[in-house]
Parts: sequence; C-alpha cells; structure tokens
Amino acid sequence: MAQDSGTRTLISQAQISRGRGRVIYWTLLVVVVVGFTLAFLGPLYWMVTGALKSGQEIAQTPPTLFPKDPRPQNYVDAWNNLALAKLLFNTFYYATGAVLFQLVLDAAAAYSLSKLRPIFGNVILGLMLATLMIPAMVLIVPQYVTVLDLPILHLNLLDSPFAIWLPMVANAFNIFLLKRFFDSIPEELMAAALMDGASSLRTLWSIILPLSRPILGVVSIFAVTAVWKDFLWPKLVMPSPETRTVSVGIYTFAGGTPMNVVIAASVIAALPTVVIFLIFQRNIMSGLTTGSIKG
Amino acid sequence: MAITTVPETSRKPGRPPSPYSARSQRTSLGRKVRDNLTGHAFLIGAVLCFVVFSWYPMIRGIVMSFQRTRRGETTWVGWDNYWRIIADPSFWPAWRNTFYFTVLALVLGYAVPFFVAVLLNEFRHAKGYLRILVYLPVMLPPASALYLFKFYAYDPSEAGLFNAILKALHLPTSQWMQSPQMTMPAMVIASTWMNMGGAVLIYLASLQNIPGELYEAAELDGAGIWRRIVHVTIPQTRLILALLAMLQIVATMQLFIEPLILANGAGAEDSATSVAYLIYQHGFFQNDLNGAAALGVIMLVVLAGFSAGYVRLTAKQD
Repeated sequence: MAQDSGTRTLISQAQISRGRGRVIYWTLLVVVVVGFTLAFLGPLYWMVTGALKSGQEIAQTPPTLFPKDPRPQNYVDAWNNLALAKLLFNTFYYATGAVLFQLVLDAAAAYSLSKLRPIFGNVILGLMLATLMIPAMVLIVPQYVTVLDLPILHLNLLDSPFAIWLPMVANAFNIFLLKRFFDSIPEELMAAALMDGASSLRTLWSIILPLSRPILGVVSIFAVTAVWKDFLWPKLVMPSPETRTVSVGIYTFAGGTPMNVVIAASVIAALPTVVIFLIFQRNIMSGLTTGSIKG
Repeated sequence: MAITTVPETSRKPGRPPSPYSARSQRTSLGRKVRDNLTGHAFLIGAVLCFVVFSWYPMIRGIVMSFQRTRRGETTWVGWDNYWRIIADPSFWPAWRNTFYFTVLALVLGYAVPFFVAVLLNEFRHAKGYLRILVYLPVMLPPASALYLFKFYAYDPSEAGLFNAILKALHLPTSQWMQSPQMTMPAMVIASTWMNMGGAVLIYLASLQNIPGELYEAAELDGAGIWRRIVHVTIPQTRLILALLAMLQIVATMQLFIEPLILANGAGAEDSATSVAYLIYQHGFFQNDLNGAAALGVIMLVVLAGFSAGYVRLTAKQD
C-alpha cells in the first residue's frame, strides 16, 4: 500500500496537471478533504466537546459550536458513576487473554495446516472456513446454552473470561490470514530446519514465528478491537456488574444517567481503540487488504 | 486422535509436497503416524474451540428448534416452535424491516464506498489522511458511536445536529427515531458511517491492482471517464464487488445493536424491530430459547437461499 506514484489510474497524470483538469482536480480535492473532515471528524469533535457542555447547553437551539462553559466535571462523573476504571480493566483483561489464546492456538493450527499438513487437514480447514458463512446471530442461542453447560465437562462459564476467550479462538478468518502468510514462507527453510534435526515445535518457534511478526501483529490488533467492539456476546455471558465490558456497562447505565455523562463515558470507551488505530493504522490497513484481496 | 491411525493407503494422492510428507514416503508407517499425530497435536486446541463453540452449536441450534424445554424437561415438539415464532405479531414486521434495511444499506453502504474508493484512488494528495478518516469510525465501539447519533444527531428538537443542519439549509426538520418513516433511513445512515471504512479500503486495494494499460487503451479508443469506469474499473473489480455484496448482505441481515440503542429495541410502531432483535427478545426476555433457535434456523435458511440464488446469478454471467 505504498503511495503509488506513476501507476496509471482512471485519469491520467497529464490530464490532471494541465489547465482545466488541474483546476477541477484541486477544487475536488479541497471539497473532498473538507467534506470528509466534517463528516468523519466532525461527529467525533461534537462528541468530545458535547460531553463538556452542561445539560442546559446541550438542549440549546441552535447548538453551540464551542462549549461556553466547559465542564470537565462530566468526564469525572462518568469515570466515577459508571465505575469506568473497573469496566476498562475488565475489557482490557478480556482483550489481552483473547490475543494470547488466538496467537497460541490459531497460529499453531495455521502452522499445522500450512506446513505439517496432517491427514484430513484440508477437510478441517474447509469446515473452519464454512463457519464464515454462518451469521453470528444464528449461533447466539445454542452458543449461549453451550456456555451455560459445557458438553462432557458440565462447567458453567457464565461470568468467566473463558466464555470470551475460547469462542474467540474459533475464528476462521484469522486462521486463514495466518495460514496464507505461513504458506508464503519457503519450504526450503522448513527442509533445512528438518535436516538440522529441529522438531516441529522448534521450527515453528525459531523459524516461522520470527518471520511472521507482521501478521501476528495484525491478528493481535484484530483480536483487541473485536473484544473492544463486541456487544451482544459479552452482554449475555458477562451478566454481573463486576465482569461487564465497557460497552455493555455504558448501555446498562444509559437509561438513568444524564446524556452528557453517557457521551463522556462513550468518549472514554472509544479512546483506546482510536489510539491503537492511530498508532498501528499501517499494519491494520495492510492486514485488512491482504486478507481479502489475493485469495 | 483416532484419525491419525488411518493406514497410509488412505492418504490423498496429489497432495502438495511438504518436507515432512516427502520424508515419510521413504520411511515406515510408524513414522507417518507420528508425523500426522504431531500435525493434529498442533491443530487440536483450535479444533476443540471450533467443535464446542461453532460446529456443535450449529447442530444443537437445529435440534433445539424442534424441542421445548420447560422446568428442566426437554420434549420433542415438532414444528411447534416455528408456528409459535411465525405467529408472533412482530415476525413479519421484523422481516420487512430487515429486508428494507438490507436494501437501503446496499444502496448506501455498497455503492457509496465504491465511488469513494474510485475518487480517493484518483487523488495524488492527502490520500493517507482521507484513508484514515474513512476508517476511523470503524474503530469506535458501536455502542459509543450509536449514543453519539442517538443523543446529538437524531435529537428530534432543533438542538439536534442533523436538524440544525437541515434548518440552516432551510429544509424541513425531521423527528428521526420518533418517526416510523425515518427510523430505518436513520439507522442506515448511522450504520454506514460506522462501517463503510472497511469496504473503502478493500476497494482501494483492488483498484490499485488494475493494470494502467487498460485505462490507457480505453482512453486512446476515446472512452470518457464514465465509460472507463463502466468498461474498465467495474469489470476489473467484479470479483471483489461480488464478494463484498454477499458479505454485506450477511452482515446487514444481523442488524441488532442499531435498533437496540437508537430505537430502544422495537422503535415507534415496531418500525425498528429486526429479526436479530426478535431472536434476542425471544431467547433472553421471553424465556423462549427454543423459539429463538427456530428463528435462527429460519434466518439461516433465508440466507442460504440468498447465497444459492446469488451464486447461480453470478455463475450465469461468467
């Protein structure tokens, strides 16, 4: 995804750099930059500043552009009244565990499917990929019943972080991403490791994983954002106030809380993912596109 | 696992070579069994998670839809759950709303990202910035973004952002979520804003793979911008367009959090009830997990029908 320079697109470079084309290009560019900033950054600005307004000012017509009398107290109230520290810690804890479980189990599975290729491996891969076609809503009820009473073990996973971590491992998209990346690692490297007498585990640890850092990063980021954004599943399997995630917590409190405080809480809840995105945007974007295009 | 003790004759011919399988051709059966065992040992963790949380629930959902559990006692009831769920007064409105949302979301959430991507691909400046902007909302937790829309954008008074804009443009203001007619369009706008970034990025990547010579040749033949889009851009990205259309339909059919937060569930006059919301309602409020499972199966069948028709349609074109 490098800044493509020189590659021909719909409109030629020559047409854009000449007289009328140039005027149209620059007008369009300015319009789009301004328009997109308003459309995508505007609401976020509204969110951050709106949470600073008093209840009275929010209801004012026409709405004010800057808070007249900024009240950072709303953010403090949100933090205290909604116990955001606890909610954020819970979500962070689930996200970290989800990353670890996904990295260990999915990378191992992808390694096996890509390099070890045991018998029936392709059947298993096919069955995994088939789950991508099943909408999550169809599975929500039987999955919930399964979590209430795990087959054979008869454990109840309600309010246990495993109810979030283990279903996250069953993620065909990430296994597919990892497998495709492992596929691109030359077989000769595997053969060389084999000649040196390295075990499969050793090969994975010392050859495959160090080469796969970019894709492991992408999978980790996807896992964190998936946990952070998920709503219905954590709402169902984490019913206690002590185990709630931040999105569910805000939803639960939204009914009886002033709306500027709810918005302040939403801003705080959104902050971690936005910061992650701004730091890792290159990795996220390349991961998104490699996963879907060349398949 | 029992699988790994299968004799070597059952190995599929023509499998791509792997250093491990290459070696085992020369070595003993025991070696081969051990290599397979190692392979499955690496798979077992993920496979168990798939079994417990994906494959088994799939079957269990279908089984549950023909059973009824009351006071801990489970009995077979045939199609009773299906009849009960169809008789729910919200059943048909839920389907109507879901289809309406899917169609609106296809128009807005499918065509708009494509043209945005085509436009962005032409820019020689500010490309990275615009790409970040479009993707930024995708990173917000949906609950956060939807409260923003609910409280600020869709405020039915003139203090709401959208109404303030409409008023400034001297257009009639709207009741938004309080008006049954505007409920769905309002949800589609919020949903598109939150989700279109992913599609734009995928389109952008596929646009960059179009060979420039095709555009040059079209231009030499005298094709204008519009004809170049129709005859070069769209055919060249056809596969991705088709794939995303399918994914979009699967995603929009699961409309849930938008009605839950924006419309408190059902909305004015059942105008926001979606099939997914009805599943939630039956399963977790009316203590009717079996009915909810039945509705899940209906949803799966409808989607499978969609995909089958879709595959046939696209196969014909080729």
